[in-house]
Amino acid sequence: MDIFIPSEYEVVRNPDLCIGCRVCERQCSNEVHKFDKDLNKMIADSRKCVNCHRCVCLCPTGAIKIVKNPDTYRLNSNWPQQTMNEVYRQANSGGVLLSSMGNPNDYPVYFNKILVNASQVTNPPIDPLREPMETVVYLGKKDVELKRDINGKLVDNLPPQLKLSVPIMFSAMSYGSISYNAHEALARAAEELGIYYNTGEGGLHRDFYKYSKNTIVQVASGRFGVHADYLAAAAAIEIKMGQGAKPGIGGHLPGMKISDEVSKTRMIPKGIDAISPAPHHDIYSIEDLRQLIYTLKEATAYSKPVIVKVAAVHNVAAIASGIARSGADIIAIDGFRGGTGAAPTRIRDNVGIPIELALAQVDERLRQEGIRDSVSVVVAGSIHSSADVVKAIALGADACYIGTAALLALGCHLCRSCHTGKCNWGIATQRADLVKRLNPDIGYKRLVNMITAWGHEIQEMMGGMGINSIEALRGNRLMLRGVGLNETELKILGIHHAGESM
Amino acid sequence: MKRIYVNEDRCIGCHLCEWECAFANSGLDKMFKLKGRFGSEFVPRIQVEGGEKSDINFAVNCRHCTGAVCVQSCIAGALSKTDEGMVVIDREKCVGCFTCVLVCPFGAIMPAADGKAAQKCMLCTDNSVGEPNCVKYCPNDAIVYEER
Repeated sequence: MDIFIPSEYEVVRNPDLCIGCRVCERQCSNEVHKFDKDLNKMIADSRKCVNCHRCVCLCPTGAIKIVKNPDTYRLNSNWPQQTMNEVYRQANSGGVLLSSMGNPNDYPVYFNKILVNASQVTNPPIDPLREPMETVVYLGKKDVELKRDINGKLVDNLPPQLKLSVPIMFSAMSYGSISYNAHEALARAAEELGIYYNTGEGGLHRDFYKYSKNTIVQVASGRFGVHADYLAAAAAIEIKMGQGAKPGIGGHLPGMKISDEVSKTRMIPKGIDAISPAPHHDIYSIEDLRQLIYTLKEATAYSKPVIVKVAAVHNVAAIASGIARSGADIIAIDGFRGGTGAAPTRIRDNVGIPIELALAQVDERLRQEGIRDSVSVVVAGSIHSSADVVKAIALGADACYIGTAALLALGCHLCRSCHTGKCNWGIATQRADLVKRLNPDIGYKRLVNMITAWGHEIQEMMGGMGINSIEALRGNRLMLRGVGLNETELKILGIHHAGESM
Repeated sequence: MKRIYVNEDRCIGCHLCEWECAFANSGLDKMFKLKGRFGSEFVPRIQVEGGEKSDINFAVNCRHCTGAVCVQSCIAGALSKTDEGMVVIDREKCVGCFTCVLVCPFGAIMPAADGKAAQKCMLCTDNSVGEPNCVKYCPNDAIVYEER
């Protein structure tokens, strides 16, 4: 601990309500709470608190609250407290700052500056409770020529597709960065919902091959856990070129999270940091990417779609065009707010672009080039709600990946301490006593509930617009209007300002 | 008969069940009124086994055994089995010899706070809660109340 840095949060205990049950003490992996025998009461060391709210949620009498420590340095707009603390931390450690979860800084959230249309009078809205409403989406190449056989029957030459009951999937989160129980919850929820979860770059635990129908397996630069059975098991294969939280660098799994099982699944040594290379060392061009795509297709008998995931960066539209031409079936784009289990703070907070702008540009570019149908587009990077899903689809996406929202459903309170491996909610940890805290029976139901609720809301919003099929919403930017956006932003998003008519 | 079962893979050793048990049987209206009275005035009928830093924890309460030795050993006829199979204790008949405490293979019977009679889990049928409070408030669904 650095004596220069005061505690960021303060644990406040109501002495009238505290019954000394010590649940907070037993539940805090950061050892904040302690029963003091001399004083015969609970005490707290706020400096260790990461504000994960586990103690607050489990306190049976509601005696605890965590508040922002009002202690402050001399106020300075140019040198905020956080910035000063980061300097102190680096002066103390000499290391690169590490952070977890998505970029928390105050950048614009474009989804929040976009409003959705609704039908009035001349074009009636549709009531999804009384009328059919289609939210099924197929992901994959669709630009095939219609062919007939000698008898005039249509030849089924459609490349493999992924069928989603709702346009939402769980994004790549590796076993290692998150726990066995978290993976089980995601896998079971995906199966029940008829959607997909993604193994991330951590391989597929042998127990989860039974969910393979709903599994997307990832091939990342580290090639962790990639083998023939792994590829054969999957519904689709994703090549991870980049991640929104850390464009330009590879994954980083701290050694303390590499347990026996993680080491076996990833096929790497136990206890040593697993750092994926920044590039794929066999990919330095679109042609190289094409080779890997077709290697994977060849290895799986052209039976499953191949996804290429990239971070949203400045020239993402041109990159997407290249990917579409390289033979990929699906492009996944991860915005700069995307989550992570561990990323260098400077990269997470300063690299990449917002997903809304990237998506609009990619969709526009692929349309201009006449290759939009040759590829599906999946977007990720802070999809907060069903409204964001609707807006993303209207901007041109086929489906969305959600990571952080899924973890929130499992109990995550965004304390952003995943890299410490001491997650009190049993999600981003490999410590057996902590992993236990996430009961997959509860977790998977909560995920199913959340996606079901989002599905209802998507139907409601589509119905309001008078649209009864998600296909009719895709790329329907006339359904969107911007508020408080400047000319350039509106032009990039390809939408009108609120108040402007068609 | 429905019984309380504990899944040690799910039990996180938070000990909340002990407090919920003591509260349910205390007759108090607010939990914070247990302050300073837990273990002395109000003794829980469920106990979490496993050390503070142990990976394995397990909440134990009356198993309502088929051939319950506590019932067989009771010299006062205070312990008996209901038709459904639940082991019940009649406080009025109990003479406080605590033979049952000695013979229970699970340590699930203990002297009540006043030391004059034994007490055991009655599946919350003898308090105003009506359903096992430990099950209701287990944060990880480790304790379940079901027919097996």
